[in-house]
Amino acid sequence: MTQTQIAASTEAHSPLSHLSSEQLDELGRELDAIKDRVFAELGTRDRRYIESMIAMQRRLAVMGRVLLLASRYRPAWVAGTATLSLAKILENMEIGHNVLHGQWDWMNDPQINSSTWDWDTASTAEAWKHSHNYVHHTFTNILGKDKDLGYEIMRIDPRQKWHPVYLLQPLYNLVLAAFFEWGVALHDLDFEAIRTGKKSKAQVKRELAGIREKAKSQIVKDYIAWPLLSGLAMAALDAAIEVGRGRGGSGGSGRKRRGLLSRRRRGGLTNVLRTALDSATGAYRSTASADATANIVRNVWAYAIIFCGHFPDQTYTFSPEEVEDESRGGWYVRQLVGAANIEGSPLFHVASGNLGYQVEHHLFPDMPSTRYAEIAPQVKDVCERYGLPYNSGPFGRQLGMVQRTILRLAFPGGSQRPKPGPYRGATEHPA
Amino acid sequence: MAERGATPQVSPARRRALHAVRAFFSPLLPDDYLELINPLWSTRELRGRIERIDEETADTVTVLIRPGYEWTGHRPGQYLRIGVVIDGVHHWRAYSLTSEPGRPDGCISITPKLVDSGKVSPYLVRQARPGDVVRLGGVEGTFVLPEPVPAKLLFISAGSGITPIMSMLRSLHRGDAARDVAHIHSARTFDDVIFADRLREIDEAHAGYRLRLRITGEEGRIAPADLDELCPDWRTRHAFLSGPGEMLDAMSEHWKGEGVAEMLRVERFQPMIGGDPGGGEGGSVRFVKSGLQAECDGATPILVGGEEAGAVLPFGCRMGICHTCVGKLCAGEVRDLRTGEVHGNEGEMIRTCVNAPEGPIEIAL
Repeated sequence: MTQTQIAASTEAHSPLSHLSSEQLDELGRELDAIKDRVFAELGTRDRRYIESMIAMQRRLAVMGRVLLLASRYRPAWVAGTATLSLAKILENMEIGHNVLHGQWDWMNDPQINSSTWDWDTASTAEAWKHSHNYVHHTFTNILGKDKDLGYEIMRIDPRQKWHPVYLLQPLYNLVLAAFFEWGVALHDLDFEAIRTGKKSKAQVKRELAGIREKAKSQIVKDYIAWPLLSGLAMAALDAAIEVGRGRGGSGGSGRKRRGLLSRRRRGGLTNVLRTALDSATGAYRSTASADATANIVRNVWAYAIIFCGHFPDQTYTFSPEEVEDESRGGWYVRQLVGAANIEGSPLFHVASGNLGYQVEHHLFPDMPSTRYAEIAPQVKDVCERYGLPYNSGPFGRQLGMVQRTILRLAFPGGSQRPKPGPYRGATEHPA
Repeated sequence: MAERGATPQVSPARRRALHAVRAFFSPLLPDDYLELINPLWSTRELRGRIERIDEETADTVTVLIRPGYEWTGHRPGQYLRIGVVIDGVHHWRAYSLTSEPGRPDGCISITPKLVDSGKVSPYLVRQARPGDVVRLGGVEGTFVLPEPVPAKLLFISAGSGITPIMSMLRSLHRGDAARDVAHIHSARTFDDVIFADRLREIDEAHAGYRLRLRITGEEGRIAPADLDELCPDWRTRHAFLSGPGEMLDAMSEHWKGEGVAEMLRVERFQPMIGGDPGGGEGGSVRFVKSGLQAECDGATPILVGGEEAGAVLPFGCRMGICHTCVGKLCAGEVRDLRTGEVHGNEGEMIRTCVNAPEGPIEIAL
């Protein structure tokens, strides 16, 4: 198929083409009504949820850090790394991402608020709110406008022009997964805006300083402060054991001549110091490696969830021409078909910041995440009645599709994957 | 940004210690973790725990609060901004402190009266329980007992207007300084007299304090003309007035008319929002950030109109004090509901809680 044929075939299958502008307006009103109902209901229950989520996340973080003080013991390393990874995941996704979206601003809380929140990642809250909340959530899946479509370094849609550099994308895909937060931070800078001069030098400088500051605080915390504390704790522990051992030895051997005793003491002190230094270095290394692992686990998880949000086969992309004069209803439909859900257990949804409800999140980015599961049946109902797809699939399948696309589109050509038809009710898609 | 409590008075050593270990917790603060153990330990904002709630009348309670850190004090007559969470949402209101400064137990008190249509007073009067944590904002107000205390005082209070006066009376009582105090207090019925027992105690303890209770349900409201009979030397006394707007207006005119206006201080505690509904023309408001559109009549603040239209807007005191609700005016003019003054330049920061649109406006919220 040639490029024009592809374009023609996708347009023919455009999920919007069968809806009149009146129908789109009506659909917009229906979705607005879903949102209004939820916002009218928000109250104590929702507040209790986010407060207890934040409290639990902080307890997990403390638990992980304390376990990792003893990270030189294998079980403590494993348990501590797992706990810290979970804490970092919750902090980034269910808490950070959602608070920065303003999902909890209705509480009028001075701390749990998009204007004051900061998160444990390389992006500054300010830059991320612009690139994500504004650019990505407004221009979702519009080629050339939604910078999250391939993050300006990947070809994930066949309509993106191929370039030889994409041959490397299977490789840097893996690098991006491991260092996702840094990728996102650099992505926030918006290289195109810098290149075209849309962003002033002063602003670029300010944003770089922001990333530097974020990087510094993460490095100091994860690779200096906590490893050092762990090193000191283990050194003190081993020194105490060594001193105890020395005392026990001299006490048992009875009286000795003075000269011999002082030589022994000197040797003892050296031994104690050497032991302490050895254990400090060992503990420092094991804690730093645990922290690095936790950061990578968090990065890979965030990468996987976020890539499953828009890049699986079912999602539609749009050309700027297709969305000219888009109505509110049209915007809703673009959000609806441009995103894909991930099916999973309640625990999975919490760990993914409820981004498994990517469709609902894109319709209502500032609705508290806990409510997405509740409105999902209503959204499905709208899809069914308006003959629109409701994109969803199990985690493994969605991630597999994304990886296949990344591999295939590293090479020239490629065609649109087949799209699911209109949603036909729950029987067709068992949860 | 949402309003938060006042910065507590924390010892420099403690602040330094917390500052020293913050690298372990970034981007959070050690506070974020310590608050899990005790929310009163926050060094970012002053909080307090409700110790006791005592019923004063059928619809008025005194809420005794123990601040998380040493109370930095207030002047008798001042009010406190207090933040509570109701249905998951933070609300802020100002209430006169009814406790005197320097209470030995370190506590402070406010005495809210139930306003049925209100939000915060129904919560404080009916729902709050000892143990609840509240946020304590700034102490403000110029309706205060002068230092040194003038020799001759006159207090005129009505209804819940007695609250700032109560702090003054308690302060005089504690300092044994109630040498020559005339107090005229009005309430609809005897059961409506807030602090009835406390007033009687003070009356009995100090020969220099004379309380004249006026039960308006029987005797009618106090009028300026009554003053000569109730307190013949009122012109020579430092007078403090606190009560409903009509009473304040009438009395202020009287003091002015008699040429002794400088002797009078009034507490216009109730903001006069909507006091002049016919004054302004109102208009439409476009909220630039959300794209929402709201209609406000001449008496409806931008904040209220916006909320009714579904906008999530920052708010605090809702009476023009705290500047939490400010938004940048992009186009149009607004009317200050307290003064009736029409103003507005492009780029001006507007308090949405006390301003109504005067014609169509745009605001960057």
